Amino acid sequence: MKYEIIVVGGGHAGCEAALASARKGHKTLLITGNIKNIADMPCNPSIGGSAKGIVVREIDALGGEMGINADKGQIQIKMLNSGKGPAVQALRAQADKVVYPKEMLKTLENTENLEILESMVEDLIVENNKIKGVVLHNGDEIFGEAVILTTGTYLKADILVGDTRRREGPHGEKPSMHLSENLEKLGFKIVRLKTGTPQRIDKKTIDFSKAKEEKGDDKYLSFSYDIKPNYNIEDQISCHLIYTTEETHNIIRKNLNKSSMYGGLDDIKGVGPRYCPSIEDKVVRFSDKEKHQLFLEPESVYYDDIYLQGFSTSMPYDIQEEMVHSLPGLEHAKILKYAYAIEYDAIYPTQLKQSLETKLIEGLFTAGQINGTSGYEEAACQGLIAGINASLKLEGKEPLILKRNEAYIGVLIDDLVTKGIRDPYRLLTSRAEYRLLLRNDNADLRLREIGYSIGLINEDRYQKFVDKKNKINELKELLQNNKITPTKDVNDLLISYGSAILKDGITFYNLLKRPEIDINFIRNFINIDFDNDIIEEVEISIKYEGYIKKAEKEAEKLVNLENKKIPSDINYDEIHNIASEAKQKLKEVKPTSIAQALRISGVNPADISILMVYLKKEYNRG
Amino acid sequence: MEDTIAAISTALGVGAISIIRVSGNDAIEIVNKIFKNNNLKEKASHTITYGYIVDGEKIIDEVLVSIMKAPKTFTKEDIVEINCHGGIATTNKILELLLVNGCRLAEPGEFTKRAFLNGRIDLIEAEGIMEVINAKSEKSRELAINQLSGSTSNLIKKLRQDILEILANIEVNIDYPEYEDIEQVTNSMLTPKIENIIQKLEEIISKSESNKLIKEGINVSIIGRPNVGKSSLLNCLLEEEKAIVTDIEGTTRDIVEGKINLNGIILNIIDTAGIRKTEDTVEKIGVQKSLELIEKSDLVLYMLNNNDSLTEEDVNIIENLSSKSHIIVINKSDLETKLEKSKFQHYIEISVKDNKGIEDLKNKILELFNFEKIETSDLSYLSDARSIALLKKSLSALLSAREGVFNNYSIDMIEIDIKEAWNLLGEIIGETYQEELINQLFSQFCLGK
Repeated sequence: MKYEIIVVGGGHAGCEAALASARKGHKTLLITGNIKNIADMPCNPSIGGSAKGIVVREIDALGGEMGINADKGQIQIKMLNSGKGPAVQALRAQADKVVYPKEMLKTLENTENLEILESMVEDLIVENNKIKGVVLHNGDEIFGEAVILTTGTYLKADILVGDTRRREGPHGEKPSMHLSENLEKLGFKIVRLKTGTPQRIDKKTIDFSKAKEEKGDDKYLSFSYDIKPNYNIEDQISCHLIYTTEETHNIIRKNLNKSSMYGGLDDIKGVGPRYCPSIEDKVVRFSDKEKHQLFLEPESVYYDDIYLQGFSTSMPYDIQEEMVHSLPGLEHAKILKYAYAIEYDAIYPTQLKQSLETKLIEGLFTAGQINGTSGYEEAACQGLIAGINASLKLEGKEPLILKRNEAYIGVLIDDLVTKGIRDPYRLLTSRAEYRLLLRNDNADLRLREIGYSIGLINEDRYQKFVDKKNKINELKELLQNNKITPTKDVNDLLISYGSAILKDGITFYNLLKRPEIDINFIRNFINIDFDNDIIEEVEISIKYEGYIKKAEKEAEKLVNLENKKIPSDINYDEIHNIASEAKQKLKEVKPTSIAQALRISGVNPADISILMVYLKKEYNRG
Repeated sequence: MEDTIAAISTALGVGAISIIRVSGNDAIEIVNKIFKNNNLKEKASHTITYGYIVDGEKIIDEVLVSIMKAPKTFTKEDIVEINCHGGIATTNKILELLLVNGCRLAEPGEFTKRAFLNGRIDLIEAEGIMEVINAKSEKSRELAINQLSGSTSNLIKKLRQDILEILANIEVNIDYPEYEDIEQVTNSMLTPKIENIIQKLEEIISKSESNKLIKEGINVSIIGRPNVGKSSLLNCLLEEEKAIVTDIEGTTRDIVEGKINLNGIILNIIDTAGIRKTEDTVEKIGVQKSLELIEKSDLVLYMLNNNDSLTEEDVNIIENLSSKSHIIVINKSDLETKLEKSKFQHYIEISVKDNKGIEDLKNKILELFNFEKIETSDLSYLSDARSIALLKKSLSALLSAREGVFNNYSIDMIEIDIKEAWNLLGEIIGETYQEELINQLFSQFCLGK
């Protein structure tokens, strides 16, 4: 069998990779261990969140699937940080764990050039450091010009509960036993990581009267720029908030040594995520905190599992029973699935290029948890980029590399390949230097043009985007071309808005810069007939103009340094004056630009100066 | 776009003239911001313009500015060279102003590096340049380490930690909005915290600046009408302290004739020529000249005669002293009082003849410059132009944050300025590691699924 692109794994990364490649017209095969688990959500039943929600918008802008699919399957949606500024607002939805995978599978099955195979990949076919295909568990060989590994937590996965360790993936699935060993044999540095998931509780056994209800927003929202929301606000399903009790903490303290992580197992190598500590970690590390908050999140409207967010643990089952029953409203709760920790293998991500192709083997790409990240959105966006870049490679084109000032996706990938990881990587808004430029509202303005030029955004969707841009300019011009004069009525109205009175006439554009003035104020004077997304965009760009311009100026400097390229055949051993630690790091990361080199820890500005002089001397570029 | 860089390109304190070189796209723009007399942006390339370097309204020095526009320059970028009057204090102050207004201090060898990268220098020299960069940065690293005593960098570290905790709290509100048990940072909560940091930062800046004065000396002028005893006071101070009295050939105009070591603090007595030779400063030099002299001084000792009434000139000059550190010195306290002393709130009475009150005067000087306080706390506050410029930029970012709070901007906007302040402080002590914030986030707050 022969394909152009083979995607190994059917999680969020795999789905995006396969769709991107097939939609770009390449004959694609997606291999998954179990078709039933395509686009599965083995952990929290939600899509989006701070920074992550913006990534979903970016995926949508580029022509990926996650946003559209999440809109189809959401049972509750919110705009986070709506009380804060535009730079940090992000969408978060409770995604139905039945609908999301079902819809994604439907999309995959209806996509031309895409086939799905249920099997397990155990080895790669490599010739002269070039990928040629994959070997299945039964020894069958499948050939392809590019291979994208999106194996998630399935590389040598171990489920840890109390003092037991079982070699299996989520849902008791069979893991890939040999693929990571074979990667190691090919020369890859493999690291062991760890994560965990909490219990699922039977909804019918929870007394919700003891919990605080958390509803969705009473405003229609969607991830995708192309889908009008088609749900009823009233039909949204609520989440609930509860807190741990003193009894919970006592049970944990008393049984601490039974947790896998605190003595239950003595052979744990995996590094767990800092942002995702187990409940025992929280009780130990923040011992003065009397209670910790937990969310009861519905997994689906089709079954009764409630996800107990915040209670992940690797305690034995009997202790988990005690712990759960110590929670308010869960005194008689029935645990449907126990919490567990999971250890798995990953590739140390500095072994990747910014295109997500491995440096070691041409045509081999990796995306998602195998690269040391955590989270559905982080996985999906890498899958999309790997799918795009594998395709572009086959087409003989330059890879798509998003810059740190263009997209959170760019921040994420650059962090991975430049800085490496300490623990599973989660995207946070604080990782972005140009947060104000990377907003929820402008993901399409940043990336849709790129999506269109790559061929993942069709004419119809693109035209809609062009219209939106025109409307934005139209409204800006309207505000710039009309002036407000300081009549008594005007000044009285200004006072009622808590705003300073006018002495001279100013444009509405400049008036809108005042924090307390909004578009509704201006509607008292001129007719503004534009869609809300247009108004929002214009208001943000005017109100925060000063801040935005400053960020853009900073970003310009970055772009300038990004454009100073370092040739891939550079021999760092020839540059005598660079400090040896810096040389070591440069050889490992192989930065492609001066900007990337500067971001490597251990490389200081003097090293960069010397490098620039060397480049000028050897390659006549500065 | 490259940063615009600046550095002092002559050996400090050696020649009579110092040159500060600025190179980059914004060179002319930035120098123009601190230049008075002419609009440099309108000047042709390769011309020299006369004028003043100013800090706001205050004149720092009279200078000649050479404008050289790209590409016919050493670096092939726009270059501005400021020729000023040599003294360490003045030259550093001008450099500091450039840094505050948007220049970056040039790295070792950076002008040459740019010259090379822009194709101005021969290829053969490349290896040499790399060696120079290497050696110079090694040297400057050593210097930088020596410059900061443990206690100073601890002070900055402490301040950064205070800011970091605020930042982490804001970040956690942003990245984990669902955590109801974590305090939400509000603008009103932020106000006292920002105020507190501003206050601390202002203190560090003021101490650093007085420290700069300690290192470089305080320019002191003694002004007064003829025969009030100016030169007697000078001689008295000089003699008593058995201080360094050297004729330093300074600049053409700022004649520093006497240096007095007052408890380890250098007082540069300026324009002693006027004091000694003519003995009639006010009348001969005139009010205008006195005002110029005042402008150049860090401290003015205005002398009056206890035995005489105030003249119009006295009143005129004293009015101009209000914004300046000054001491009214009333001499000849041994004689009959004819002076309207009640007009002054503070003054020191001395009798040079009887050697009375000199100790009081000395104490007053020390008190004015807050030296006691510095001496007992820490003598090694930051004093290089770069550090002071970074402190000032950090302060201005915090002031902008405070304004943001006042204007009721959202917390994440205000945070942009707070983060900038934090990063600038980090540059002083060489800590610009982004992970710090994320580490703080997870150690300060309990988060997780």
